[in-house]
Amino acid sequence: MKRLAAFIGFFLLFLLANRFLPEIIDPYYLHLFTLSCINVILAVSLNLINGTTGQFSLGHAGFMAVGGYTSASLTFYLGPKIIATLDFLPAILAKNFVFLFALLGGGLSAAFLGLLVGIPSLRLRGDYLAIVTLGMGEIVRVLILNVEAIGGARGFSDIPAYTNLFWIISLTALTIAAVASLTASSHGRAFLSVREDEIAAEAMGVNTTYYKVIAFVIGAFFAGMAGCLFGHYLQLLHPNSFTFLKSFEIIIMIIVGGLGSIFGAVVAAVILTLLPEALRYLGPVKDWRMVIYSLALIILMITRPQGLFGNWTPDFRRWWPFRKPQPVA
Amino acid sequence: MRKWIIFGLALSLSAGCAKRDDVIKIGEYGSLTGTTATFGVSTKNGIDMATEEINAAGGLLGKKIQVIVEDDRGLADEAASAVKKLVTQDKVVAVLGEVASSRSLAGAPICQENKIPMVTPSSTNPEVTKKGDYIFRICFIDPFQGEAMAKFAFENLKVKKAAILKDSKNDYSVGLAQYFAETFKGLGGQIVAEESYFEGDQDFKAQLTSIKGKKPEAIFIPGYYTEVGLIARQARELGLNIPLLGGDGWDSPKLTEIATLKKPGDALKDCYFSNHYAADDPNPVIQDFIKKYKAKYEEVPDAMAVLGYDAAHILYDAIKRAGSPEGAKIRDELAKTANFPGVAGQTTIDSARNARKPLVVLKIGEGGAYEYMATVNP
Amino acid sequence: MQEFLQQLVNGVSWGSIYALIALGYTMVYGVLQLINFAHGDVFMLGAFFGFYFSRWTKIAQEPTLFGFFATLLFAMAACALVGVIIERAAYKPLRERPRLTALITAIGVSLLLENGGQLLFGVDPKFFPSLISETRLYESANLVISNLPVIILVVSLALMLLLRFIVMKTTIGKAMRATAFNREAAALMGINTNNVISFTFLLGSALAGAGGILVALTYPKIDPLMGLLPGLKAFVAAVLGGIGNIPGAVLGGMILGVSETMVAGYISSTLRDAIAFALLVVILLVKPTGLLGSRVGEKV
Repeated sequence: MKRLAAFIGFFLLFLLANRFLPEIIDPYYLHLFTLSCINVILAVSLNLINGTTGQFSLGHAGFMAVGGYTSASLTFYLGPKIIATLDFLPAILAKNFVFLFALLGGGLSAAFLGLLVGIPSLRLRGDYLAIVTLGMGEIVRVLILNVEAIGGARGFSDIPAYTNLFWIISLTALTIAAVASLTASSHGRAFLSVREDEIAAEAMGVNTTYYKVIAFVIGAFFAGMAGCLFGHYLQLLHPNSFTFLKSFEIIIMIIVGGLGSIFGAVVAAVILTLLPEALRYLGPVKDWRMVIYSLALIILMITRPQGLFGNWTPDFRRWWPFRKPQPVA
Repeated sequence: MRKWIIFGLALSLSAGCAKRDDVIKIGEYGSLTGTTATFGVSTKNGIDMATEEINAAGGLLGKKIQVIVEDDRGLADEAASAVKKLVTQDKVVAVLGEVASSRSLAGAPICQENKIPMVTPSSTNPEVTKKGDYIFRICFIDPFQGEAMAKFAFENLKVKKAAILKDSKNDYSVGLAQYFAETFKGLGGQIVAEESYFEGDQDFKAQLTSIKGKKPEAIFIPGYYTEVGLIARQARELGLNIPLLGGDGWDSPKLTEIATLKKPGDALKDCYFSNHYAADDPNPVIQDFIKKYKAKYEEVPDAMAVLGYDAAHILYDAIKRAGSPEGAKIRDELAKTANFPGVAGQTTIDSARNARKPLVVLKIGEGGAYEYMATVNP
Repeated sequence: MQEFLQQLVNGVSWGSIYALIALGYTMVYGVLQLINFAHGDVFMLGAFFGFYFSRWTKIAQEPTLFGFFATLLFAMAACALVGVIIERAAYKPLRERPRLTALITAIGVSLLLENGGQLLFGVDPKFFPSLISETRLYESANLVISNLPVIILVVSLALMLLLRFIVMKTTIGKAMRATAFNREAAALMGINTNNVISFTFLLGSALAGAGGILVALTYPKIDPLMGLLPGLKAFVAAVLGGIGNIPGAVLGGMILGVSETMVAGYISSTLRDAIAFALLVVILLVKPTGLLGSRVGEKV
């Protein structure tokens, strides 16, 4: 009952935010907020694969691309038909229903790819896995370039602008909550054990195969949804947005934040999204924007190799309203 | 790190407070870094030159023009951020950009939503100007150029069997290749091979060897000079001595410099490409532009610089005619642009907000010099 | 048949470039287990050092064989210096840290070199002077072999043998192998592992510099981002051959080069990269440590 109340409370809160925030906040800051949230979803979901489970993945942009393109095809080709059959609903509900459908479609298609990629991770370790995931991302990109129905090299344009603040905030909250509670659960311990020592974990009866694959599937699912939000926000998807450099960007976020720390991933994703934008205001040395960005990255890594927050994660469950009372030790 | 953000925010606030009404602010977004930076920088050079000319002559509406440039690193999402910043923070009255259609498509909805006119110098994808009535372009669209070269190849060069080598990563190249192939087949020609490469590639011998085996009489290469120079060299190295054809992406002094085996530009001798203007055209607008550009940047202008220069002048002219820096008025005047004497030809904006202007076909001759061949009207 | 031979020549000459860059990756990895993502950018620097050196010394105007070797040596020396500076400034402070931290620093260095290069050298492509003019060694209707690919192939094989000699037969090579095997134990045996690691970077970066010059000779368009894609592909080649293994890097480079060329020539040039990567995935699934890599048993 309490759980339901909390959900309704959040739902209404996010709806209110969706209604009133755009009127209070400058559109440029709102834009940066949206991009930050999308990067937060990407970073937190990659953190589950890379930080918590220790599987070095360089293909997150590929998951994002698959989710984005699948969902965009759904809303672009199927969307109008679904809205037509839902004509008994108010237009705004029908639209958001289509978007929910697209989000799930994007997430599931990316999760399926995650399953496919997770399977080689059973045999490959470390850098070899990194290369296979990198290769997967590039294969996805080249295939997209060759499909004319989703725009090919011209990019998929005219995607309906369904992404709004409600979806942005609720999906970011959902991703953080889901990954945080998963990490804090007994499953989370299993993920960590795979990272720390696979052989020992196996000996203790942890099904490492299962956990490695599941980390990929869940991480990819959220990345796919981020791709969906991204496409329906920019109203455009282009293969060039999903090169290996994008995957690197997300990796940088989670390592700057502190590998394994969800809180760190969130903060670093926000900082690293805002930093290049803040550097636009450098005035005379504006041309040095990207040089300063890369220098900042190097200096940060040297002075704080464990990342901004190391392994530290605040206990989100302490703030969770419907937490079960913990037995006192 | 946090200090930087605070520093940035502080700067942005101070920039916001100091409202200057004595300038007209124009926004420009382009790829000043990243893999396509060379095109963004050339465009910027052209725009800067046009702005300086207007400012030296007293400015617009009694005010100086200030162009605020934002880099998008060649990424669609950064292009959206840059345009959002220009439109909502800097409050520019109009936006110039982008080179590539994929980035223009990210910026156009934002300009349309805020009713700020956007003029793209070189985005050829027909979709761009369909984004709304505030979006204009001053370059050819893909069908026009592709068709013109197909006709030229079939009728003037009497080519019956052609091959295509396109840049699969580049929408401009893919578009031109598509319309070239359609027209060429429609005329009764035959496309014997269609191969592709990716921007940034260095080795094209695999594709060229495969094309050579199909024995075409000419190859259409609708790419940018950055790769075409290398392609031409490698074609000659493989003993593939047939004419190469291309579009305005070829126009750069670097093209013949790279395509040099023994003598300057010899790898591209007797090759043809479509362009906006002929450098030997006696038209004073063209000669003046080339002379001034060489004096300022110490190099021969490429197509991007020409288009950037024209885009800026067409926009400034519209603002002048509008008599006020209001978006809707500038848009109305932009739409009325007719026979504007640009470097890249007499430009007229049609009802779909695309440019109608003639193209010229040039031949690369001895020593890499361009010779005028023909003019094609839309 | 001749067309096939031509494609094979194309593939081998392109593969030898991958091999040349992959050698540097694999050496650093062998000693430090670090994927030095900045390696491709050191390769770019090599080409630019050569470009400015040959213009400054007027070698570009009147190319001679001596001038070519002077340019090559200058670029190698300058790159070696840059490599050592990068190692000392950016990687050394992180040596005892998790490998991923050093990896991010490597990406940072790579971004720094690329963006700094765009500021310093300008963003437009430059024409690299023909220090060695192209001549044809063999020519028939459908098969042409010119001198430049042969030079690259010979140089990369020679460098591979030289490296093999250094690693296997010299004292410093022995120290490198010891450091690669177990850094702590090597240090306890009196090996100055810091110097050994710096030397590895010096060698690897000099190789990248040589690669930059050789590639610029054949593909004379140089720009600050030219190292990005070859760098990535060379890394793939190194992993394919078994990262840390010197003959493996050359083998991996050749296989990648030939398969890319064959796919582009006979299957589909648009799907080239997809098929090349798919091939890589298949090879790694069959042999998870690369073609020549050996599986290190895990201590329980």
